Amino acid sequence: MTKSNLTRRGVLRTGAVTGAGLALPTIFTSGAYAFTNEPTGSTVKLGFNVPQSGPYADEGLDELRAQQLAVEHLNGVGDGGMLNTFSSKVLDGTGILGKKVEFVTGDTQTKSDAARASAKSMIEKDGVVMINGGSSSGVAVAVQGLCQEAGIIFMAGLTHSNDTTGKDRKANGFRHFFNAYMSGAALAPVLQKAYGSDRRAYHLTADYTWGYTQQESIAASTEALGWETVNNVLTPVGAGDFSSYIAPVLNSGADVLILNHYGGDMINSLTQAVQFGLRDKMVNGKQFEIVVPLYSELMAEGAGENIKGVYGSMNWNWQLQDEGTKAFVKSFGEKYGRPPSNSAHTCYVQTLLYADAVTRAGAFNPCAVAEALEGFEFDGMGNGPTLYRADDHQCFKDVLVMKGADNPTTKFDTLEVVEITPRAQVEYPSNHPMFGGDEASLGQCNDGA
Amino acid sequence: MDAILLQVLNGLDKGSAYALIALGLTLIFGTLGVVNFAHGALFMIGAFCAVTMQRFLGMSFEEIDPTRTDFLGNPLKVQVPYVESWFGPEIGGAIVDWSVPLAIVLAIPVMIVLGFVMERGLIKHFYKRPHADQILVTFGLAIVLQEVIKYFFGANPIQTGAPDAFAGSFDFGAMLGFDPNVIIYPYWRMVYFLFSLIIIAGVFSFLRFTTFGMVVRAGMADRETVGLLGIDIDRRFTIMFGLAAAVAGLAGVMYTPILAPNYHMGMDFLVLSFVVVVVGGMGSLPGAVLAGFMLGILQSFASMNEVKEIIPGIDQVIIYLVAIIILLTRPRGLMGRKGVMED
Amino acid sequence: MLGLSAKDTRFLLIVIFLTLATPLLLQPFPEGSAMAQFNAGYPDLMQKFAIYGIFAIGFNILFGLTGYLSFGHAAFLGVGSYTVVWMYKLLGYNVLPGLVLAIIISALFALLIGFISLRRSGIYFSILTLAFAQMSYNLAYSVLTPITNGETGLQVYGNDPQILVGANSPTSPHLFGLVMRDSVQLDVGGWLFTFNIGYYFCAVIAILAFYLSLRIFRSPFGMMLRAIKTNQTRMNYTGLNTRPYTLAAFVISGMYAGLAGGLLASMDPLAGAERMQWTASGEVVLMTILGGAGTLMGPVLGAGFIKYFENIFSKINDNVLHAWFAVLPDGLENAVVAMIHPFVGKGWHLTLGILFMLVVIFLPGGLVEGGQRIARLFNRKKKSKGPGTGAGGHKPKPAPHVAE
Repeated sequence: MTKSNLTRRGVLRTGAVTGAGLALPTIFTSGAYAFTNEPTGSTVKLGFNVPQSGPYADEGLDELRAQQLAVEHLNGVGDGGMLNTFSSKVLDGTGILGKKVEFVTGDTQTKSDAARASAKSMIEKDGVVMINGGSSSGVAVAVQGLCQEAGIIFMAGLTHSNDTTGKDRKANGFRHFFNAYMSGAALAPVLQKAYGSDRRAYHLTADYTWGYTQQESIAASTEALGWETVNNVLTPVGAGDFSSYIAPVLNSGADVLILNHYGGDMINSLTQAVQFGLRDKMVNGKQFEIVVPLYSELMAEGAGENIKGVYGSMNWNWQLQDEGTKAFVKSFGEKYGRPPSNSAHTCYVQTLLYADAVTRAGAFNPCAVAEALEGFEFDGMGNGPTLYRADDHQCFKDVLVMKGADNPTTKFDTLEVVEITPRAQVEYPSNHPMFGGDEASLGQCNDGA
Repeated sequence: MDAILLQVLNGLDKGSAYALIALGLTLIFGTLGVVNFAHGALFMIGAFCAVTMQRFLGMSFEEIDPTRTDFLGNPLKVQVPYVESWFGPEIGGAIVDWSVPLAIVLAIPVMIVLGFVMERGLIKHFYKRPHADQILVTFGLAIVLQEVIKYFFGANPIQTGAPDAFAGSFDFGAMLGFDPNVIIYPYWRMVYFLFSLIIIAGVFSFLRFTTFGMVVRAGMADRETVGLLGIDIDRRFTIMFGLAAAVAGLAGVMYTPILAPNYHMGMDFLVLSFVVVVVGGMGSLPGAVLAGFMLGILQSFASMNEVKEIIPGIDQVIIYLVAIIILLTRPRGLMGRKGVMED
Repeated sequence: MLGLSAKDTRFLLIVIFLTLATPLLLQPFPEGSAMAQFNAGYPDLMQKFAIYGIFAIGFNILFGLTGYLSFGHAAFLGVGSYTVVWMYKLLGYNVLPGLVLAIIISALFALLIGFISLRRSGIYFSILTLAFAQMSYNLAYSVLTPITNGETGLQVYGNDPQILVGANSPTSPHLFGLVMRDSVQLDVGGWLFTFNIGYYFCAVIAILAFYLSLRIFRSPFGMMLRAIKTNQTRMNYTGLNTRPYTLAAFVISGMYAGLAGGLLASMDPLAGAERMQWTASGEVVLMTILGGAGTLMGPVLGAGFIKYFENIFSKINDNVLHAWFAVLPDGLENAVVAMIHPFVGKGWHLTLGILFMLVVIFLPGGLVEGGQRIARLFNRKKKSKGPGTGAGGHKPKPAPHVAE
């Protein structure tokens, strides 16, 4: 077989060199490094682990675009984007600590096994010092755990479950994205203002971890304002047809339907709920309403006309008017011809923040980086003054309440910002019961040495 | 009572989709003896015919609107569909609005041609090969087809709405004398159900009342003898494959307003439709239709809160549970023939 | 030797050599070179090769020998993983108790599912196994979250009992102190070889698994299974009850799957529910058919083939492509990159689908047949003066008959 011929030659050749190699003391275990994947050359590698196949592939593509842009800005290519507006000024466009930034990409397939395999290949084969990105909470928690064990920094992409910085928080992991609790805290007052405090809500919830935490959070904050939760029905993920869950809603006495779904599930359940004519009905003498607590641009695009007037929340939106947002939208828009999504923003910002933390710490050592990120306060990255809380590595900033626009001019402004909820309103103690209570702990930082 | 009636209605449209896909799958299996793992992909391509039609009708030129600006601050380019500029916004808008039903016109030739090409170019060479090889090659084809669609249309679901005339729902319960708002049913789902009945009836009468259908049925029963009688069964089987592809495609086109099409919807339906076919009995067309509707309705029942409270998670597994029970009590499914796919 | 014929012994020795030398063989390109992208000699992928090799070897005992096509073997993989992680949570990070229990529990699980499913044959059997596996997956993902940790995947938390953990115990999976993720790296010239403890642990088990399957293939029991595949009806007419034999084969292959699942969790202490999804069951079917069902080496080759594509091709992005073709003039470079772009990176599924089709169209016996054809080509060259061996009477090996 040609194959074995080739490999036999390979073995002979390596065999010859091995003799030479053994004479020199070049054998070392991973322990000989100061920390995992210490960059020794003139470059440093970052790993961008995003879904490239499966239902969230388009979201992954947008994250990848943003990460590439961030690397360009770090290396001094392009207009610098948010580096110009960022309150910390240590980054100067010469890479990180003088090392040119390179990156490798991988496909999470939105499956925790595949995501870990791809992350491992980045760590073991490519020698990355940090992994960034992803598009589901299951994947985020799985990869975060892996990075903790391997001793590198993980910055989660789009992950909204409370668990990521709750019961599954890790010392090596950070999250810039907001979470289900914050969605509830930001949404509830707006909903109260729009729909009154005497409402009866019916929840349809995706039957997995993220769905559970979001339902819990939204129910808690709406109930605090006087709403009643009539029912919570779990729906299989990827069900496609939600008719048999939607049809009984009208007869249940509820006058608000809350869809704790994401991605394709949300597009289908919302479309079908509108098809069932729910929003044309009057129940208890009030107009029936639908709420989608977590929005994304791609979901809005997929749901089309059906989102008009539907409230939801978002981490960030390109329509914000602060300087940081404007700078980012400009450089992203000029490069790719479209405004960035909120998961793209998260991945972009996290890449810059990582670079900044390394520079401030003066080292790539993950523990030094984590220390530099802990309790870091900054501004100029969109969403106003922002804090990376030391206790749970959750980022705190303003949260956006969105509404489906009545008259969108392009496919990019189908959502409009209704309210920018100030950071103080969405804060919570790090031992909040929804976040693992007192038992949750970050553990020890691991640098892999 | 009302709750049960409601779930029967909801099961009907779900069952319609299952039945149509299973029907095509059984046609291919019964006539050609081929296990077609690319059948879900055909359903998906049908759905994307609707998307293509929508894009085609919505083809637009750019007009610069100097009064407004886009996200970069440049003057806004407004997309004006050609049909709207030709026929005026009223009629043009109506044409775009009706793109899903109009897509049928596109889907029929596209699916038939695709079916012919698949059968002549690939499947034909696998008649004598083991079923495992057929599974592998059609599975490979399914992956290729869905990746091609992903390349052109992206991974995000694409909204293709029903015409405004069919938007919303009607109060079915009020007609029967129940309280208002108890049994509501969207117009489009009614359309889909009736549409699937027409297709099913069409396929059955085609096989039943035409000479062509008679030969095909004879071929399904005993291919060798029909061949010995000097009838060119191969050509007819090719046509049957085109027909089965068209049935799957039409099922996909009309389903788009219910389920926004995405590139992997074929895979999502593949396993389910195989379960439906096997529960119905391999090679039995009435069995496939019966099992499709039965599983659709049972799935709807299992989704009821009252049922879920007794057995949590039953809606997740009901189809498989029913399949196991039926296969253990009726060895060849509901209406399967002896000796088909059993060795 | 070891109850094997001389030929089989030689075969086994070759397999042992290839397995042990994998860290060298899979690292043919020096670090930093453009081709280093194709190196596969890093621990995770090598472990996956060995583990999925075990999975496919086990699957082949059922499918290759008896012809029963199970579409639910991923369920046993998942059960094995969950068992091992639960043992971590309850006892501690030593992999041994978990692995033993994983084999036992998956055997029981297989006994139950096999007993019911084997009442039917052909596609009805396939659908029964599929139904059981999909039920397991759906429940594990949602309702059984307290046991499986659902979407997130089962993992060890700080407040788990871990009663056997002492002060100095390693904090990751180990075998009596041999920590699975520890490696020795050898830097030779431009080449970097990684010898990982976890890989060698898997490799030794894989060799044992391979040896066992070799013995089964050559045993009277294996003959009996083959006879069932050829003509079950005739077997029944001779007054022989075939069910115990098929059930035994089913349970054995279920144990292999459970072992593989356990090893997955031994290398990486997290068990995700997706491991039980039908696509995972389908994957092992594809591995086996792709490599060559019913052959000893085929399933292992198929497993390596698929895992290689999943892990190596999905990582080739446009940047890498541009780096490869940087020598070309700009216009040409962009054209070449644009041409390759749809097939790598996010398009790796497309390449895999095309390769499935090509292999099954042109190599009905799978990759093993491809190897045999090439070998025959070489033999013919060598014996060009001898009587026309092989070439004249060339006929593809009759493909395994499955559910026909």
